[in-house]
Order: sequence, then structure tokens, then C-alpha cells
Amino acid sequence: MSALLEVRAVTKRFGGLLAVADVSFSLAEGEILGLIGPNGAGKTTLFNIVNGVYKADQGTIAFAGKDITRISPDKVVHRGLARTHQIVKPLNDLTLLDNVTVGACFGREYLDLKAARAVALEVLQQVGLGDRVNIMARSLTIAGKKRLEVARALAAKPKLLLLDEVLAGLNPTEIAQMIDLVRKVRDSGISVFMIEHLMQAIMSLSDRIVVLNLGRKLAEGRPDEVVHNSDVVEAYLGFPDIVDKLTRTD
Amino acid sequence: MILRRPFFYLILVIAALFVYLPLHGNNVSLREDLILVAIAIILASNLNLMIGYTGYVNFGHIVFYGLGGYVGLYLATVRGWNLVLSALVAGLAVSVCALLFGLLILRLRGAYFALATIGILQAVQAFVSNFDPWGRSTGMYLSFDAYAPLGGAMHALWITYYLIIAVMALSMILSLVIKNSKFGLGLFAIREDEDAAVVLGVNATVYKAIIYSVSAFLPAVAGALMFYKNGMIDPSIAFEYMLSLEGIVMLMLGGQGAVMGAALGAALYEKLRSFLLTSPSLSNFHLVIAGGLLLLVVLFAPGGLMGWLYRIAPRARTVIE
Repeated sequence: MSALLEVRAVTKRFGGLLAVADVSFSLAEGEILGLIGPNGAGKTTLFNIVNGVYKADQGTIAFAGKDITRISPDKVVHRGLARTHQIVKPLNDLTLLDNVTVGACFGREYLDLKAARAVALEVLQQVGLGDRVNIMARSLTIAGKKRLEVARALAAKPKLLLLDEVLAGLNPTEIAQMIDLVRKVRDSGISVFMIEHLMQAIMSLSDRIVVLNLGRKLAEGRPDEVVHNSDVVEAYLGFPDIVDKLTRTD
Repeated sequence: MILRRPFFYLILVIAALFVYLPLHGNNVSLREDLILVAIAIILASNLNLMIGYTGYVNFGHIVFYGLGGYVGLYLATVRGWNLVLSALVAGLAVSVCALLFGLLILRLRGAYFALATIGILQAVQAFVSNFDPWGRSTGMYLSFDAYAPLGGAMHALWITYYLIIAVMALSMILSLVIKNSKFGLGLFAIREDEDAAVVLGVNATVYKAIIYSVSAFLPAVAGALMFYKNGMIDPSIAFEYMLSLEGIVMLMLGGQGAVMGAALGAALYEKLRSFLLTSPSLSNFHLVIAGGLLLLVVLFAPGGLMGWLYRIAPRARTVIE
């Protein structure tokens, strides 16, 4: 397996805040890589750097063997790297079909309108929205909007899909369906890089996991390695006398 | 592709009516009424490309019309070019100008962009008012001889009328073509959520610059034709700020985003305006009434007439676009 995504020593500051500090990791083709960490650890910021919304202050990002560090988000999609948003961004006054057609039109294959519509219908079917293609995106429930995010990203025919908390806010049935969908996506040959707070889900889905804390990479490895890593237990999952420990080192 | 849209034929029918009605009985006063309606439709349709399609409110859209008038009149009188060529070159020149303005101000969003468009209008007006070759604040006059190649003034008025109707039809067809294209879908995505559109792969910077420039072309051509017909131009009538604002009222009234919305709103508002302006008791109040109307539309029918129609008859969406 060759590395599809290679993040090297990436750093990002917002004023005095060090949001991401010297983070390196790689993602192999066909892999599901999980990204976890406490709130404010810099997970979404890291996503935004990878797909070009933010420019890294230092470090490089290579995708499919080519450098994409300084490339704008719309060009990143053309290279085959699509994403969803934690806070969903539906195109409210367009139909579901149009929403997903945008993804197909301007994605990796840059399809014309007619071909894009065909792809969009197919993808909407795949995520379970196939019976509602002509309703406006604003009328969807939160679960529906999350599916729409995934559908739009998939319509771009990516090689790598970045999923930012697609399970948050869903009920248990919807979670099970979404997990099933992510597995199917991977089985269809698309690599997945996902942020998730839901431990059980990310542990069962991921091949490997990267843990961030306060912008730094704390650990990386198979799910069972990560949960038994003492740093991770301390920073993320809680440690009984963490308060004592912190005051002592100060 | 476009030939399969029923609405395309409706546009042709509308244009044919504009051509036929005043011709019937050589009705000059009807022609003068319709020419104002046609200009309103041209301005509103092209403004719709920015406001209704892309979600960028342009308060200074009239600047394209006025600049087109100036360039056109300059080429036709001082350079002695023929009318159609002058108008086309005016359109191209103003489009290039708009592209440059666009690159300057399109990185702004929302209210900041809207403010910048007012700034552009003021700046251009100030420039033209001090530009010697264009007669500074007194403007330019067309010598009567200029109509000679078109067979005298009488003929020239009819010819410019037909040309303006053609520009009107083209404006609506352009709106229709863009609406049903991949380019249009990209604009709609920008309107709904520009950040999301970019992440989906839409090159928003380029798309916005192109549509801003495109929305300048036909209004500039219309300006060149209209001021040629009027035989004179000066900065205050070329860059009439009120007309720019009224264009927005027209869009809100008819329903922004819909091709027919722009046209319908423009026609209705223009008729209302001429009625109010010519009525002895109401002429001072026409802007009061326009303001009241805008308030009512925004409060009770935010989608305008077409939005209301689409709500009661969703199927109409595919026919009357």
C-alpha cells in the first residue's frame, strides 16, 4: 500500500493560538483513518488545512504523490479529495438533485450537466435519499442534511473522502445506517479520513487512528493500541487524578 | 438544448408582440412607452444575473448603462462609426471595464460588496463629469446628420427601437441559457453558500468576475442605443442613481432568480412609474409608493410574483422559468 495522503510537519497559528503544531502522518490507499481528540484539539482545522481552506504556516501536504499545500479548495476537489462539513452547509434553496449535481459537475471528473445529473441520482440512491430528489435541501432533517453532505462529496468521485463528524446528532438507527454507508464507500475503493467523537463507532470503523491534543499529535496506531496508550487515556479519556498531576507539574 | 425549453418560445412571442403592436397603425406614443418597458426589462434581467443568480446585490448596475451610452455616443458622433458597431464596441468596452472593477471589489461579500458598487457608480460619474473628450458635466450631443445613414431621424427612431427590442429578447435568452447551464448551477451554488460552493469545486473568484462582466454587456449596448436615440447624454441622466435602485425594486416585485420574474417586475413597475409620474396629483409621490410597494413585497411575498406563482402551482417552474 502506497501513501495517498502525506502530511508532513504541518503547523497553523491563529494570532497567538497554536491550532495545529508540527503534525505529521500518512494515509494509505484503501484505508479508513480516524482522527480523534478532545474539543479544540485542532481536528477540523487540520481538515481545513488538508483541503486548502486554510494555508499551512509550515509543513507540506502531498496527495497522490503531488504537493497540494498551496492549492485552493476548488482545485483540491479536482485532484480527487472531497470533504463534508461538521456544521452542514446545504445549498438551501436548491433541490437535493441540484445540490448533488453541483458536486458531480465540479468534482474530479468535471462532468457536464447531463452526466452529472445521472451520477447525482445514483449517489442519492446510494445514501438513501433517492425517493426525495426534488425537495429543497432546507426541508431536510439534520440526519438528511448529513447524508446530503456525504452524497455531494461522493458525487465528486473522490479518491479520498474527508468526513467531519458525520455521526454527530444522529439517532442510533441513523448512526448504524451511516456506519454501514462509510463501510460501503471504503469497499468501493475510496479511502476515508474521518473525525468522530463517537468512540465506539470510530474504534470499529478505523484501520488506524491519529490522536490530536492541543494541536499536537499525541498518538497514532491501531484502535486497540490507541485506547491503551497512557497519554491518550490521560488527555482524552480522562485520568482520575489528572488535576493533581497538572498542578504538580505547574 | 435551449430550443427544447418552452420558455424560449414565450420570449420570442413577447418580443414579437413588442415589434408588432406599435407598428400597427404607426403608433409612436405606444412605441415610446414600450421602449421604456424594454429598457427596464434589459436592466432588470441583467441585474438578476448578479442578485438573483449569484446573490451579490449591485446597487450601481446603472453604471454599465451610462458608460455604454457614453462610449456608444462618442464612437457614433466623434468617430463617425455606424450605430450597431458603436453599440457592440461600447458593450465590449464596458464588459472589460466591469471585469476590472469586478476583480477589485468581488473579494468583498454581502453589505460590503453592495457599498463598493455604490462607490464605483459615484467614482465613474465623477470621472465622466470631469472628462474633457466627453464634454464634462454638459455631456455630448448628437448632430442631426448622424441619423442620415439610417435614412433620417424618423427611420432611425424605428431602427433603434427594433434594436432595443432585440437586446431585450437577448437579455431574457441569456438569462434562460445561463439558468440551464453548468455555469448557472455554479452561480446558484455561490448564491446559496459561497464557502460550500468552493469546497465543492466551484471556482467562485472566476465565476463571479465572469458574471459581473457578462451582466454589464447588454445594458451597455442598450445604453448606447438609447442615448443615440435620445440624441444627447450627460452625467446626471446617464448615471441616474434612482434608476439603479428601481431595478432592485423591479426584481423583488417580479421575483429574483426567475427569468420571467425580472421581466414581469420590470414591465409592471415601469407601467406603474409612468402612470404615477404623469398623474398630476401623484407625481411627487412615485418613490414613496415604490418604497411602500417594496416593503409590502419583502414582508408578504419575499419570492415576488413568480415566487408566489411557484408556490401555488409548482409545475409552473418548468414552463415559466
